[in-house]
Amino acid sequence: MLDTRHTFETPEGIDLGLSIAGVVVRAQAWLFDLIIRIIIYISFGIILAYLGRFGMGLLLIIIFIAEWFYPVLFEMLKEGATPGKRRMGIRVINDNGTPVTWSASIVRNLLRTVDFMPFMYGLGLVSILINRDFKRLGDLAAGTLVVYEEEARGAPQLPPGDAEALPRPLTLEEQQAVLEFTERSTRISPERSEELAALLEPLTGKEGEEAVKQLYRYAHWLQGSV
Amino acid sequence: MKQKAFEEKHQQSWQRLDAQLAKLEKKREAKLVLADSGEDFPALYRSVCHHLALAKDRHYSPHLINQLHGLVLRGHQQLYTQKRPFVSQIVQFLLRGFPAALRREVRLLWLATVLFLLPALVMGWLCYGDREMIYAVHSATSVMQMESMYDPSNSAIGREERESDSDFYMFGYYIYNNIGIGFRTFASGLLYGIGTLFVLISNGVFIGSVAGHLTQRGFTDTFWPFVSGHGAFELTAIVICGVAGLQLARALYSPGRHGRINALKRAAHEAVPLVIGAALMLLIAAFIEAFWSSSSTVSNEIKYGVAAILWLLVICYFLFAGRGRGYHGSQ
Repeated sequence: MLDTRHTFETPEGIDLGLSIAGVVVRAQAWLFDLIIRIIIYISFGIILAYLGRFGMGLLLIIIFIAEWFYPVLFEMLKEGATPGKRRMGIRVINDNGTPVTWSASIVRNLLRTVDFMPFMYGLGLVSILINRDFKRLGDLAAGTLVVYEEEARGAPQLPPGDAEALPRPLTLEEQQAVLEFTERSTRISPERSEELAALLEPLTGKEGEEAVKQLYRYAHWLQGSV
Repeated sequence: MKQKAFEEKHQQSWQRLDAQLAKLEKKREAKLVLADSGEDFPALYRSVCHHLALAKDRHYSPHLINQLHGLVLRGHQQLYTQKRPFVSQIVQFLLRGFPAALRREVRLLWLATVLFLLPALVMGWLCYGDREMIYAVHSATSVMQMESMYDPSNSAIGREERESDSDFYMFGYYIYNNIGIGFRTFASGLLYGIGTLFVLISNGVFIGSVAGHLTQRGFTDTFWPFVSGHGAFELTAIVICGVAGLQLARALYSPGRHGRINALKRAAHEAVPLVIGAALMLLIAAFIEAFWSSSSTVSNEIKYGVAAILWLLVICYFLFAGRGRGYHGSQ
């Protein structure tokens, strides 16, 4: 399937899936982090200017640390996300699904300088575009992924209603489609719900709002609330 | 089993796992806390893995599968994470990991040393023999600056006037510049070694030509005491960064039994101790260069003596530190 989902198998034999973050969202995160760094440099620059040569030496040290280790420190201490990444709802993890390690974080951020070549992440962009998991060169060498935070969704309130047995057996995929439709129907407009439900006219034998209601009844039955 | 019944049966263990995860995610030492309270995080985690597999197989509703998937994902991250005390990790690294990692790459170490030293010696010899040779690699203005910096007739005055806040500025500058170069030497190994090769050779040419030229001009008493001290750390560290860069390059040229990407991954992780160790050495070098090498109150004999001790220290460290007990450094 053509998808931005990265699946890996855990030692328990379970397939876990993660949504890979693409170029645009990562670029936005980077830009946000860049702005933060620039603000840090300017504010320190103003304060340290009063300390003369000593202050400038200190500023150089601060710039050095921020340029090379800003992402490493945040990735390690803040669950894989710099402030920019957190803002965009993405974070860095190892490609086996475990939290990013020091070694991996250091590799991906030191190699950033190669990704940046020849200018503005030229090589990194090429790498991301030809790689299935959107990895830049640093991610390839470190074995890391940039993924979306899994957002915790509240339990869907199935619209209230009775249960009714399906008129004929459905395959598991079809059953799941009915359930999924019902779970989602609260978040889409009634018109769209009816439109979708109309596709199942052969099953429900109804039209419009009634078809939607009928599907709800099937969903309740499938879910087992008899 | 219908989904509702399944949910009712297992809801409790899901809530328990969720609570345990919340604890683990909040506190770093929470694993110990859990063990003490008799809770069975790994067992609970594995049973929820099982539930997820069942839920998927029975095609329960996407929401339930997502919920379990989320729990398992979080559990996976907590179970398969390394939480070792940070301080002991650093001590282990300095006493064993770093020198052991370098000794594992003796062949690359020789290669990097030759790539650096050979151009340095050749250029040094050429510039020592021919006063004009220096202009082949440096511009006239930079040669003039260099000469005035080390000219015994005026540098002594200039140096005595340099104040301590200026020393600190140079310290900051050396950190910013030299460690940055070290990191780039490593990183550019990813370009099939071309970047690393270039940094090693060009640094060799640069340093060799300056040393040869200044010796030829007879500025030995100002130049050599200045560079010999921090050179022990700085030159070694640049070569070590070169080794780390060549490790990346080697993985790309001859991945061996691994796929190219996997070979690169292994090489990069093996190179990390070298890069971090070299960065620390460059930090020490920056300190020595800024506060000791530039000092004009210390006599040259003492400076040479200290330089000899530093070189000996560095060599002994890499030869002997962390030997025995079969330590393998990589984590």
